[in-house]
Parts: sequence; structure tokens; C-alpha cells
Amino acid sequence: MIDWFHENGLLLGLALLDGLAYAALVFMVAVGLNLVFGVLRILNVAHGSFYAIGAYAAASLSAFIAAQGLPPWAALPALLVAAALVGALLGPPIEALLLRRIYSGEPVIQLLVTFALFMILEDAQKLIWGVQPVSNDGAMRLLGTVDVPFAGDVIPFTAYQLFLLPAVALATLAGLAWFLRRTLTGRVIVAVTTDREAATAMGIDAKRVFLLTFTAGAMLAALGGALASPTTALVPGIGAQTIVLSFAVIATAGLGRIEGAALTALLIGLGRSVAVYFAPELEVVMPYIIMVAVLLVRPQGLFGAAEARRI
Amino acid sequence: MRRAEPLLALAGAAALVGIAYAAPWLRFVLTIALAKGLAVLGILLLLKAGQVSFGHAMYAAVGAYVVAFAAPGMGEALVLLPLATGIAGLLGLVVGLFITRYREIFFSMLNLAISMVLYSMLEKFYAITKGTDGIRVAPVTFAGLSPERESAEWAMFAIALLLAFGFGIVARLYLASPMGQALAGIKTRETRLEFMGVPARHVLLSAYVFSAVMAGAAGAIIAMTTRHVTPLLAYWTTSGELVFIAILGGAGGVLGPFLGAAAYELIRVHAAAAFADLWQLTLGIALLLVILFAPGGLWGVLARLFRRVRA
Repeated sequence: MIDWFHENGLLLGLALLDGLAYAALVFMVAVGLNLVFGVLRILNVAHGSFYAIGAYAAASLSAFIAAQGLPPWAALPALLVAAALVGALLGPPIEALLLRRIYSGEPVIQLLVTFALFMILEDAQKLIWGVQPVSNDGAMRLLGTVDVPFAGDVIPFTAYQLFLLPAVALATLAGLAWFLRRTLTGRVIVAVTTDREAATAMGIDAKRVFLLTFTAGAMLAALGGALASPTTALVPGIGAQTIVLSFAVIATAGLGRIEGAALTALLIGLGRSVAVYFAPELEVVMPYIIMVAVLLVRPQGLFGAAEARRI
Repeated sequence: MRRAEPLLALAGAAALVGIAYAAPWLRFVLTIALAKGLAVLGILLLLKAGQVSFGHAMYAAVGAYVVAFAAPGMGEALVLLPLATGIAGLLGLVVGLFITRYREIFFSMLNLAISMVLYSMLEKFYAITKGTDGIRVAPVTFAGLSPERESAEWAMFAIALLLAFGFGIVARLYLASPMGQALAGIKTRETRLEFMGVPARHVLLSAYVFSAVMAGAAGAIIAMTTRHVTPLLAYWTTSGELVFIAILGGAGGVLGPFLGAAAYELIRVHAAAAFADLWQLTLGIALLLVILFAPGGLWGVLARLFRRVRA
């Protein structure tokens, strides 16, 4: 054990740091998916597309900023602006024109509609940004690297991934928890989530809540993508990976749990990055192994309350 | 309409043979269409129970890879087909034991997740699967004979047509049996099914294994016809295509999937050049249009015409 640690200690440290940064990104996307599902009762398969489009839009905006000769620090707010734009431009029309028509439909039809949307958005990305890998590492280079002391040695790691990503994820977690528990709009969203009919009977405008929640969810996914864009090359297919992974997170956590989603994202993020460094062929499989293992023992998820026959 | 089904099936088969004879280059296309129709028939069984699988292409991929692996050692079509079908069915049983505990979004997304795992394994284990390059399938013999190219194409076409008929008849009997009738009960109200003493999980499992078997047979036909298998067979887009064909064909009888598959493949052959980069987008839009404006699919449209002619 000690010998193993001497040999692989640094690798393990790197895996933990990497896993933390990755978990922060996964959490951002999964929590949006969770929020939308809680209110609309629709699993939005196109949520992964919002992530991908957010990432591509951030890359384009950063490239535009660099081309205009604006100061390099502008790359950081550009990530946020890109995400907000994507959410605001795509969210409301999709909710109002498409999803609103199927709220009373069969669950199968609802799934198929968002799946169709996902197919459309996947090709739209290829049409706009092509199939060649796009990179956007301005924001990451800007913040430089930090030497992290670990087991008597140091690991150089980017400050972007070490500080910024976890900080944004924690701020989102705290902000969302505060918003849902302490503000009127938040309480209204919780009310609609708990009992749509009763909430509507009390005079809550469910339509407005749906629109608002869906847009917020789309923004969270796009923000996840925008924040992820400096850390990875953008290629077609990241949308599909993301939706499956975020679903794995919220299924493992239990639908509708925000803090639970954060812990589960951490678990799955760490699991995946440990696999990346120690058993690369298991990289993609790892999150699902965790999910299946959890679901076999607790079908309602780690933090979900048992609900008869919902899942 | 239901009574007319056998007659329509014969007429359809005659039309297919006629087209395959008149336009030899379409023989290949129609063989693939028949194979996909088989896989879609499986999707249709699950749709009857209100469940949609976004991962069923994995069973076709398993069937195809079994053929690719086994063909060099044992290149007899009449052995390869049952072998591939059996292994796909076995995998369907193992996965099904886990997955039939879940419904709706969980059912859909867990299928998607498992198929993505299979896809990445096919892609990653280069030493065995040759990664994205895929494997060339060795030529196969038919009952010991190794015919030249044109006869081999006819043989594959005949096998596909026979299997379509065989499985079509079995599926029809299955749907008419108490087991098949209970599928609709899962969709409307599962609890009542349980009250009557019908184990809903077993009912769904039977349909799931049956659908895996048919997808496996489809994969084996595709592998022997295209003579080349790649991980793309298991990718989510392929699964999406199957779901699309199921909706396009309509949920009428067992003919819907084949009607949908033939229409789909013929359109694809002619439109592929024009829409090569926009294929998913085109499918997505068409899927939305069918769901919103022609929920019965092609079968529904035909049935309406049929009734009008008789009236």
C-alpha cells in the first residue's frame, strides 16, 4: 500500500484535482436538468445540446474578443455572457412554442419531442461550428497555474480548474438553495414542483413559472458548457455525452435533490477521473458503474425519498 | 384493417420483390430496410407498453459484431444468424433483468447509457474490435454453398424477407396473447395489472428480450449484407433512427415498422446526397411534425385512406 502510494501518489493527487474540477462542471449541468424536471416533469434530452451550444458560443465570443483587441481579462466575463445569451435565446422559444403543446401528453411523447429537438440541435451545431475540434483556452491561460503541495511533492495545476470552477459551482449551489428557499419566485417554483394543481388553484401563474424555470435550466447548462470550454476541445458528440452523464448524476442522487446532486456529481467526477488515470479504458464506463451499483441497492437514488412506482 | 393485414403483408412483400428485381441496386437498400424493420418491430412492442428505448441499436450492434467475430471461423449464414440472435437475446435478458425495474425516463435513459457504454467499449478496445475502423466481415456461405455476388445478395434479401415474415407472425401472435395484451396494461395502469395477479415486470421483460432478439437478427443481417461493422452501429444516432422509424411507421399493426423502414431507407438513399450534413436535423423536424400533426404515422394515414375508399 505504502509502496503503491510512493509510486502513484502524484497521479492520485492529479486525479483528485481533476475530478474536483470535472465534478463542478457536471454539477452545473445536472442541477439545471434536475430543476427543469422537477417543475415541468419532462426530462429534457436536449439539455445536453444547451451545454454544447454554450461551450461553442463561449469559444466564438472569446475569439471575437481577441480579434477586436479587447483586454484578455474580458475572456472571463465572456463565458458568463455567452451562457446567458444561449439560455435567453433558446430557452423561451422552445418552452413556449414546443413544450407547452405537450405538457398534457403521454410521457413517451414528451421524451420523443425533446429527443427530436436534441437531434435538430446536434446538426445545427455542426452546421454553425463545423466538425473540427474548437478550442478556447484564453480564460485558462489568463489565470496561470498554481503549485499544489501534495504528499511532500508539488503538482502544478491550472488556477482556473482549481479555484474558479469549484467556486462557481459552490456559488450556484448556495445561490440556488437561497433562491428556492428564501425568495418569493423560488418558493413559487417549489410550490409548483410539489403540487402543480394546488399551486395553480392558489393563483400561481404556472405558465410563467414553467417558462422561467426552463430558461434558467438552459442557462445553467450553457454556463456549464461555457465554463468547460477552456478545459477541453469541443467536438460533435459532447452534447450526447453530457446529457447521459447528467442523467446518471440525477438518477444516482434521486430526482429533485439539489444538494444531493452536488455530492453525487463529486462522487461521479472523482470516480471518472481516477479511472482516467488508473484504468483509462474504464473512463466512459465508470459513471454508469457507479449509477447501476447505487440503483441496484437504492432504486430511488442516494438521496431520493422512496416513491411508489414512480421509477 | 387488422383482418386485411395478412393480405397487405403479402402485397407488400410482392412489391418489395418486384422492386428488388426491377432495380437491382435497390436490393441492398431493401435488405437493410427489412432488417431495420425487424429491430423497429421490437421498439414497437416496447412502445405498446408506453416505454421507449433510446439504446436499442446496441442489440443490433451485438448481433453484427458476433457475425464479424465468428464469420472467419464459422462462415455459415444459417449458423451465424441464430448465434448472433441468441447472444443478443441473452444480453437482452441480462440487461432486461435490471432495466425492467424502471419505467419511462429511467427506462429510456438507462438504455441510452448502456448503449453508450457498449459504443465506447467497441471504440476503445482497439486490439479486439479495431476501434472506429471497424471489422470487415468475411464472406459467408448459405447452407454450404458460396454463391457469387448477385446470388448472395438475393440470398440475403430472401433471408431478410423470411425473417420479417417469421418474426412478424410471431409478434402478431404475441400481441394477441394475454402476455401481449398485458403490455398495454403497463402503459395505462400498472398497479391494476398487479392487482389481477399479472407480474408486470415479467411481461415487460418478455417484450424486452423479444425486442433484443429481433434487433440482434437485424444486426446479423446488416453485418452480412454490408460486410463491414463499425461501433457506429451502437451509437445513439442509430438508436434514434430506430425510434424515428417506429413513429414514422405508426403504431398500427406489425406492418407499420416495415412500412416505415422501407419508406425511410428509400428516402434516405435519394435524399442522403442533398442532406448529408443535415440528416439528424431533417429527421428531428420530421419526427416533430409526425408527432404533432400525424400521430398515427404512415400506417395511420394509409388506414384513413383505406377506410375512405371502402366507404
